[in-house]
Amino acid sequence: MVKKLKINDVIELLKDADVEALEGVTFEGDIELEIEETTGIDSLFAYTLGEETAKIGLYLLNLARSIGYPVDQIARIQAQPPTPSAPKLSKLIESKFTVGTIDEWKTPIEEVTLGATSSDGGTRGHTITLGGERALPYYFDAPMPNRNYVTIDVFDMPISMAKTVKSNYEDVMEDAGEWAKKVVNEFDADMVTIHLISTDPLIKDTPAVEASKTVEEVLQAVDVPIVIGGSGNPAKDPEVLERAAEVAEGERCLIASANLNMDYERIAAAANKYGHVVLAWTQLEINAQKELNRKLMKQCGVDRDRIVVDPTTAALGYGLDYAYTNMERIRLAGLIGDEELNFPMSSGTTNAWGAREAWMVSSPLKEDSDWGPREYRGPIWEIVTGLTLALGGNDLFMMMHPGAVKVLKEITQTLFGSIKTDETNLSNWVAEVLA
Amino acid sequence: MKVNSPLQIYKYLPQTNCGECGEATCMAFASHLLDRSKKVADCPPLLDDKYKKKYLELSELLAPEIREVIAGVGETAVKIGGDDVLYRHQLTFFNPTVLAYDVTDTMSEEELVDRVKRISGFKKFYVGSFLKLNMVAVRSTSNDPERFKRAVKKVSETTTLPLILCSFNPDVLAAGLEVSADKKPILYAATKENWQQVSELALKERTPVVLFSPGDLDELKTLAVSFREMGIEDLILDPGTYPRGEQLKTTFQNFLKIRRAGIKEGQKDIAYPLMATPITAWMVNEDPIRASYWETVLASVFTVRYGDVMIMHSIEPYALIPEVLIRETIYTDPRTPVRVDPGVYEVGNPTKDSPVIVTTNFALTYYTVESDLSSNDIDCYLATVDTDGIGVEASVAGGQLTAAKIKETFDNAGFDFKEKTSHNTVILPGLAARLQGDVEDVTGLNVKIGPPDSGRIPGWMETNWPPK
Ligand code: SF4
Repeated sequence: MVKKLKINDVIELLKDADVEALEGVTFEGDIELEIEETTGIDSLFAYTLGEETAKIGLYLLNLARSIGYPVDQIARIQAQPPTPSAPKLSKLIESKFTVGTIDEWKTPIEEVTLGATSSDGGTRGHTITLGGERALPYYFDAPMPNRNYVTIDVFDMPISMAKTVKSNYEDVMEDAGEWAKKVVNEFDADMVTIHLISTDPLIKDTPAVEASKTVEEVLQAVDVPIVIGGSGNPAKDPEVLERAAEVAEGERCLIASANLNMDYERIAAAANKYGHVVLAWTQLEINAQKELNRKLMKQCGVDRDRIVVDPTTAALGYGLDYAYTNMERIRLAGLIGDEELNFPMSSGTTNAWGAREAWMVSSPLKEDSDWGPREYRGPIWEIVTGLTLALGGNDLFMMMHPGAVKVLKEITQTLFGSIKTDETNLSNWVAEVLA
Repeated sequence: MKVNSPLQIYKYLPQTNCGECGEATCMAFASHLLDRSKKVADCPPLLDDKYKKKYLELSELLAPEIREVIAGVGETAVKIGGDDVLYRHQLTFFNPTVLAYDVTDTMSEEELVDRVKRISGFKKFYVGSFLKLNMVAVRSTSNDPERFKRAVKKVSETTTLPLILCSFNPDVLAAGLEVSADKKPILYAATKENWQQVSELALKERTPVVLFSPGDLDELKTLAVSFREMGIEDLILDPGTYPRGEQLKTTFQNFLKIRRAGIKEGQKDIAYPLMATPITAWMVNEDPIRASYWETVLASVFTVRYGDVMIMHSIEPYALIPEVLIRETIYTDPRTPVRVDPGVYEVGNPTKDSPVIVTTNFALTYYTVESDLSSNDIDCYLATVDTDGIGVEASVAGGQLTAAKIKETFDNAGFDFKEKTSHNTVILPGLAARLQGDVEDVTGLNVKIGPPDSGRIPGWMETNWPPK
């Protein structure tokens, strides 16, 4: 129901409501308001009105509200149909769109090469170069020199994993070499990560010497650059990774990882001695990342082109907001000249599988809408987690599900500019989308 | 907004420190205006006639860089746009991306109603509340005004969600508006061909309108400037969402360009909300699963980079769940604390026989565990250890979750197992299993290892509780 009111009517109304504060207030002009009963008001309604009317109306409204008149409960005020003065156009007003680039992005991200071919004393078939950006990823300010890369996880023992992932690896879980071959030959992995998880004293406590044999097997099975990961046990990892670095001498592997709560100096020293690159891992804390990078450079003498950072990946729905913003801040700081932060970044995208939405059969909460089949939820979880971080500046993705790898590569390489397709005509998409 | 320090705002306030706004000083109130946690109207004295000029000037200064457009009416109305920054850590993004899902006017009535009900009924729990979808986009695939009108009518009878009326034919849009104008739908879309008729509709019904100019930013700006000149300001820009290849790369960059021009360069002519249409993924993918995946991929890209409202097709859970969560990821206010206070909390009405469960004080972890327990009616004590707001797995790896910290949590809370429990047992998260021995030694309690995901606690309880 719509009522038309003049300002003076409003004053009358307020008087009836026994409001005295309006006495002595005068209004100039004659403003007409429409008051529609029973709908709510919000202060943003101003946008629906013509400018001036809106301002006066809003003012009046707030005035009424301030003296205790319950405007919010009873009224929705609308202006008269828009400004009659607005001209009708007989033709469009031609305009040109322009926008500038960002001057402050002066410092490039370091370029870091992984893998070494025979000409550099290694045995890899090719190398991979990460980083080198002069802008946020896929921005128009400066072309991105190197694309994103994916390294697929391989473990030195069968581990428990989500069913959707496991079904791809059941035939190779007992043999890291075969596993590595499968991810390279069948799943298009750019690199392989060998996780020496069995070295954890709480798992199998495999001695470092024995674990290093697995590294040799993987190096022999595939000729892509590799990442060597420990078990994540801060006490044991230095010994394990030192030994692994030794057997992989000259291969320019990425050693994962050095962090502040362990003897990182030992990791750095091994990487320097045997010619590898260090993955500097911190936990969602930009200042800790600066500190670790500084220590690696200043205290341990690691060259700038031998540092990749892992600022921690949290899964979609489980802290990805922190992980994403942390990466974006690190990248922006690097681009504007923070030389403790301008390094390529790596993400443990596999962490996405920790999210229950990725692997649980159904929601544990009865109030949720049906979650549908989990075999489709898991891979998209890994994709969206990785993709979000790609947009925040991440360069290298550690992943697990072959389908997720495929889609992540497709979107990152599309945005990078290396995927060409036929053109699509959108001019009548509304009617043409057949779904 | 046009200001960047509280001092600039302070100049416009009454400067009496009267405290009516709930802040001790006008300066404190000014900082709240700056971070948009309070509104100008929250200072009652400023509404006095004598401050009228200052009030109006200040409101103008504080208006967001990107225009905020409202569609729909009542409780389900949506706010679109309204952002002030390019990166969420600089403040926060406002008005989460509005998610619209399509129906067509060539669907059978039954199919249409079913789909609309699914769209409006969808909900996904996340940190204490339910995430939902926001709009229904009615596409005219018939190009028949009467048919479109019937479909729009049916949809608005079925749901209170606001609508997007989609057709490039102005007669079709007019027919749809006839039965929905009072619900304030969005008109999709005005183009360089139909702009005259569509602008008349938008003027007449005062509905927001989308300007569509695929791949041509000059033309898009031309439309925006012209509509503004005609007095239409509730504009949304659609630079075209090309679904693949180099056109997609260009699309991505167009979104960046428009938003940078609006926020960083203050170009008012182009400072409107952006629409993305991930639904175009269905034009280039035959397989429905692949199409749905690619659509979710596009939706994610444009949620991260500046899409304010989006039209999608797939309503499969494997599309909707990631879509609402990536939106939450990007729009969660980064200024809200990531941790809850450490302590021992009661869930339900615990007795001496109830379990005592340990988790961390990372807010997400805490709320997840808490909702799993309460949703399944499990009465218990939930001990929240101060791990600097880090989750279980990471804090075990990083040394923030230790036996000593766990003991400290119970000691500080004055929680005495002898007095509060009959079982002297504590349950650790499955991901903290490696702490079992340490916790036994340090606390002298019996330690049981729970499941790695708290969603499995109900099943775990059946076989493991009470302890033997
Ligand atoms: S209500 Fe207004 S005048 Fe009073 S303290 Fe707050 S800002 Fe200052």
